[in-house]
Amino acid sequence: MKAPNWDDLRIETIIGTLLRTGVILSASVVTIGAVIYLLHHGHEAANYTVFHGEPEALMGLRAILHGALHGSGRAIIQFGLLLLIATPVARVAFSAVAFALEHDYLYVVITLIVLAILLYSLFGAG
Amino acid sequence: MSILEFSALIGLGSLLAGFLGALTGLGGGVVVVPMLTLLFHVDIRYAIGASLVSVIATSSGAAAAYVREGYSNIRIGMFLETATTIGALAGAAIALHVSGSSIAVVFGLVLLYSAFLSSRNRVEHGAHLPSSKLAERLRLGGSYPTSEGRQSYNVRGVPAGYSLMFGAGVLSGLLGIGSGAVKVLAMDQAMKIPFKVSTTTSNFMIGVTAAASAGLYLRRGYIAPGLAMPVMLGVLGGSLIGARVLTKARVKVLRYLFAAVIVVLGIEMIFNGATGRL
Repeated sequence: MKAPNWDDLRIETIIGTLLRTGVILSASVVTIGAVIYLLHHGHEAANYTVFHGEPEALMGLRAILHGALHGSGRAIIQFGLLLLIATPVARVAFSAVAFALEHDYLYVVITLIVLAILLYSLFGAG
Repeated sequence: MSILEFSALIGLGSLLAGFLGALTGLGGGVVVVPMLTLLFHVDIRYAIGASLVSVIATSSGAAAAYVREGYSNIRIGMFLETATTIGALAGAAIALHVSGSSIAVVFGLVLLYSAFLSSRNRVEHGAHLPSSKLAERLRLGGSYPTSEGRQSYNVRGVPAGYSLMFGAGVLSGLLGIGSGAVKVLAMDQAMKIPFKVSTTTSNFMIGVTAAASAGLYLRRGYIAPGLAMPVMLGVLGGSLIGARVLTKARVKVLRYLFAAVIVVLGIEMIFNGATGRL
């Protein structure tokens, strides 16, 4: 049984910081978007009873960025949510590098498989 | 109802869900979808999208603390994530093709099962069983801090645990929940990993699992920012408060109470799904 080495603990600390930063950043962006959204649309009627899918402007990365830069509250919220979804993805990408630095190539491969599945979900699958 | 009132009410409800979820260890996700669909008459597809986002937020927030304490095992987590993420993609793909009513029925059944699991007494298994060959080859064993210093543990039952993890991923992608209960079952019961390591590693894995289906949901227009915003901020805030008071509160009574609430919600989801009201 091998004892946890210094590298493992250091990697875990960095991962912890990465996750915390991602969540704080995302929550802040969502909050900013929420204020703008509620100021502009707060008095309209809420309706989520019937599913019709969100418009194209809130689905793709480029469209969301475009809307966010033009100050659309909902696009800014959506951008914050994208940051949130990207946080675990960044964690996995960092782990691949960390396992490589430890020369643990079996786990580099395992981690890259997970990363590929995540990227496929974000960019690939129809 | 105006958007302002709607957001405030859902934010408050999500705060409570996140708080109770953190206190009882069941996660806020399991009550968010029933709350949105049964109480606010939100379409179940929007509810699942919003819940999924809140699941990523709480998992990443809590994992940040656990990882640094040295409980979670990043190798076990990463290896099993190959199963949960593929499962999550499959679950999300299924969700795109089945009716909201059938999702509601499955959701209800999962709620009843979670309540059953949480009310059962946990039997601590022996920590000194030998590792299986496969676990050894994958270097899944590790150690974790206890009151008597770091204690090492062995891992076995990899195929059974891996299959259960795939199932947990499917449920997560289909229902927008973390399915932490199934993940813990896989590690604690099937793979004989110490309970504390199982729960923290499960929490660590939930964010990656949910991200795998969230990408697909987002690109299909299932994530509505106006709805996801109060849910995500509410559940995150509630779970952070819950984690603060966790050490002081007597959670046993609360746990049973929460389990009872989940049973009621589960029956309502099944009834409304079966009669086509959801």
